[in-house]
Amino acid sequence: MSDYFLEIKDLKTHFPVERGIFFRHEVGRVKAVDGVNLSQSQGEILGLVGESGCGKSTLGRSILQLIRPSSGEVMLDGKSLTRMQGEALRLARADFQMIFQDPFASLNPRMTVLDALSEAMLTHNKALSEQELKPTVTGLMKRVGLSPQYLRKYPHEFSGGQRQRIAIARALAVNPKLLVADEPVSALDVSIQAQIINLLAQLAKEMDLTLIFISHDLSVVKHISDRIAVMYLGRIVELGPAEEVFSNPLHPYTKALVSAVPTADPHSERQRKRIILPGDPPSAMNPPPGCPFHPRCPYAINDCSQTLPAFDSLDGSHHQASCIRLRELEPGVPNQA
Amino acid sequence: MAEALERQPPITSPVDDHVEPGSSLWRDAWLRLRKNRMAIVGLYILIFLTTVSVIGPWLSPYTYQGQNLDLGASPPSAAHWLGTDTLGRDLLTRIFYGGRVSLAVGICATLVSLTIGVLYGTISGYVGGKTDMVMMRIVDILWSLPFIIFVILLMVLFGRNFLLLFVAIGAVEWLTMARIIRGQVLSLKNQEFIEAAIALGLRKQRIIAKHVIPNVLGPIIVYTTLTIPMVMLLEAFLSFLGLGVQPPMSSWGSLIKNGAQSMEEYPWLLVFPGLVLAATLFALNFLGDGLRDALDVRSSKD
Amino acid sequence: MPLLTVEDLKTSFHTREGITAAVNGVSFRIEHGETLGIVGESGSGKSVGCYSLVDLIPRPPGKIESGKAIFDNTTDLLSCSHSTLQGIRGKRIAMIFQDPMTSLNPYMRIGDQLIEPLLIHFDMKRKQAIRKGIEALEEVGIHDAENRMRSFPHEFSGGMRQRVMIAMALITEPDLLIADEPTTALDVTVQAQILELIQREQENLGMAVILISHDLAVVSGFCDRVNIMYAGRIFETGPTEEIFYNPQHPYNRALQKSIPGLQAKGEELYTIKGMPPDLSKRVTGCPFSSRCEYAVDYCSQEPIRLAETSPGHSTACLRVQKENLTV
Repeated sequence: MSDYFLEIKDLKTHFPVERGIFFRHEVGRVKAVDGVNLSQSQGEILGLVGESGCGKSTLGRSILQLIRPSSGEVMLDGKSLTRMQGEALRLARADFQMIFQDPFASLNPRMTVLDALSEAMLTHNKALSEQELKPTVTGLMKRVGLSPQYLRKYPHEFSGGQRQRIAIARALAVNPKLLVADEPVSALDVSIQAQIINLLAQLAKEMDLTLIFISHDLSVVKHISDRIAVMYLGRIVELGPAEEVFSNPLHPYTKALVSAVPTADPHSERQRKRIILPGDPPSAMNPPPGCPFHPRCPYAINDCSQTLPAFDSLDGSHHQASCIRLRELEPGVPNQA
Repeated sequence: MAEALERQPPITSPVDDHVEPGSSLWRDAWLRLRKNRMAIVGLYILIFLTTVSVIGPWLSPYTYQGQNLDLGASPPSAAHWLGTDTLGRDLLTRIFYGGRVSLAVGICATLVSLTIGVLYGTISGYVGGKTDMVMMRIVDILWSLPFIIFVILLMVLFGRNFLLLFVAIGAVEWLTMARIIRGQVLSLKNQEFIEAAIALGLRKQRIIAKHVIPNVLGPIIVYTTLTIPMVMLLEAFLSFLGLGVQPPMSSWGSLIKNGAQSMEEYPWLLVFPGLVLAATLFALNFLGDGLRDALDVRSSKD
Repeated sequence: MPLLTVEDLKTSFHTREGITAAVNGVSFRIEHGETLGIVGESGSGKSVGCYSLVDLIPRPPGKIESGKAIFDNTTDLLSCSHSTLQGIRGKRIAMIFQDPMTSLNPYMRIGDQLIEPLLIHFDMKRKQAIRKGIEALEEVGIHDAENRMRSFPHEFSGGMRQRVMIAMALITEPDLLIADEPTTALDVTVQAQILELIQREQENLGMAVILISHDLAVVSGFCDRVNIMYAGRIFETGPTEEIFYNPQHPYNRALQKSIPGLQAKGEELYTIKGMPPDLSKRVTGCPFSSRCEYAVDYCSQEPIRLAETSPGHSTACLRVQKENLTV
């Protein structure tokens, strides 16, 4: 047994690409998640950052077994989720829940808040009696900041922020220990985003939730997370304490990501130089050899296309990155005002 | 918590016993349908025709097979409101009885196609993969069989049976239903709320019953209202070919067939059954169109 | 002389549920070569306002109730004939949209879509137009432009498609570019590329740009002036520095305070309580008053209007106007 609550070992999720009408054969594989190692202690909030197509959502779903990984292992509280099958997995799902990006799509339009929440509760708590059910649902609604007077309302009668609250309540209805939030605020307005982030941070603290917060927005992630993992093309390229990763990025990709985050300050915005990466992220079907980032990397040397860099830290700390020039590059974002 | 709650805005005073009623999408759809005049007229016509067909025969002094050879074919009169046919049978009464048959065929055959089609389509779409492929190829093969030959084969094998007519028609119509439902389920399956239901650990049966089917009910209802007239036309067509209901029983299709044979001498024998069938088909189509508009989720968001 | 002057624009949507006043009396102007940012949350009317100017509002249910939009001191875009507008839109006023995939025709080759405006507006020969199209693609940084002209939209990545959209918008060398959330659908690292490209092209062509965005941060480094919109009205307008360093309207200040990146970690994020008002209901007074921490009695009673508080800087806050409130 290890000290970690959640352990992910060499997780790979590949999707076969098939062609052919009569005889389907594999013509390639999309390596959405390609060898991820992560561990998280109970109650810790991990931010998972990356651009679209980097595999961060697939990683989240693979951890929760919504997509079954191709290889590797996910251990939650000493139990292997990857080895669970059928009914055992279904019953174990109470321990790990997910919050989705689009609160307009993640709620069944034909179910009231009461229906949705009580369905979730009854699935894993058959003993719950009719009389106990309603007060429990009301309590849960209050907990996520929704008035119980909306018990019988349907999802379309709520605003985006309120719907996200319902989705959070539904995930919490089964008392999970691990929560994966996949871009939970990117579909919401700025002023509503802050409300939801606060709510998640507060609930995580109260319920001792282990939270994986997936987002493309570094500034959002930085605020809520204890640690940040940066993903690029199916791999984690940098991992460390949130403040460290943000203010002292080691990996060239993280540097670019941090430098691209706009700040609402006209002077510093105009003065600073962004690291503008050429081109778009390559496809995960034919990832470049060696370091997946080397074709876009401003610091790339010949060796970068040869070897896949190992995860390493500068000083033996928990702030690690996979870059062969780790020790040559200055930490931090260059040229910032 | 209390502090956070206070900042939660839209909510004035969380009073537990005051629960606001919600407005389901069904209710919204009904409110929209009510504003569609053509659909409502269609609905009334259907209700009227069904009621009359059901209770009409009891009120009528004539029976559908009671012949009056002395009278023969006579035009509409006070005794026979819609006239009589060549055998002197009261046309109105025969239309009532025909309505029973035609509507029963329409509804039963549609129910048959609905049950098979929805189950088949939902399973095929939801399970997906190889199962889906095999199930859909079976549909393709059945689809390619010529319908008339299929029915004639059934008739030859099992004799001219009224029940068989439902089954035969229903067994053909479910193919389209299954395809439509499968398409809907496929697009629904990728919705996040289905994924959320899986993540919650719900059983497959419950996900299908509670999350998938209620969300394809819209298209199912619409397609049903459009299937009924199709089925009624098929019945009329089969009766026209002489493969449908057998004399002296009548259906709207067989009445039209008989009327057509003598339409030059006794036009009322064609005109009245034709009018009734046409009215029913129009009404169903208008209702179907209205339902489609009313159930369209896009229009509920405007 | 301003390039475009908008006066008292009102646009509403007439639906079964009632009349929604999406834009409710908006006035602003934009000079030649200037960059104007329009910031607001969803439903603030920022997009509807600009779409009204170029007749891109679906009508019905949309209806332009009143207003003027004088373009280049001669034409009122809202009352001019359809053919006059056709001659301006896509030629002198160009637009780019949030989602480059849905704004390109998937069945048409990039090249054909690209040169369409040239064939329509300039009566150019096809060969000549194709040459110009290739130049335009090279200008926005698409390699192998000659071959790429024959590609279909799905063969491009998101960032590349947005580049194509920009090339298409700029091929007629417009005087005004309206960019509606041009980087929202793109990744952070690609966002920077696209903003830089727009900025460079603006300098080359000397055109004016209206950047519509929900993101204050994007606007802050890009625009000369900023309009803050809320519930179909402009709440504050002024030079970018003034808007950010000297915010006057409580809503503007609250919006800036709630940006996660600016706040110390571990602290609870600042939030604006409540939700934007329902625009289908008539609001008396300031539509923000129910959510505003500075609101007093008269805020929910007296009508609001934009008034200058310092040169070039106007606010619609009643308390700032009456009591010199500093937020």
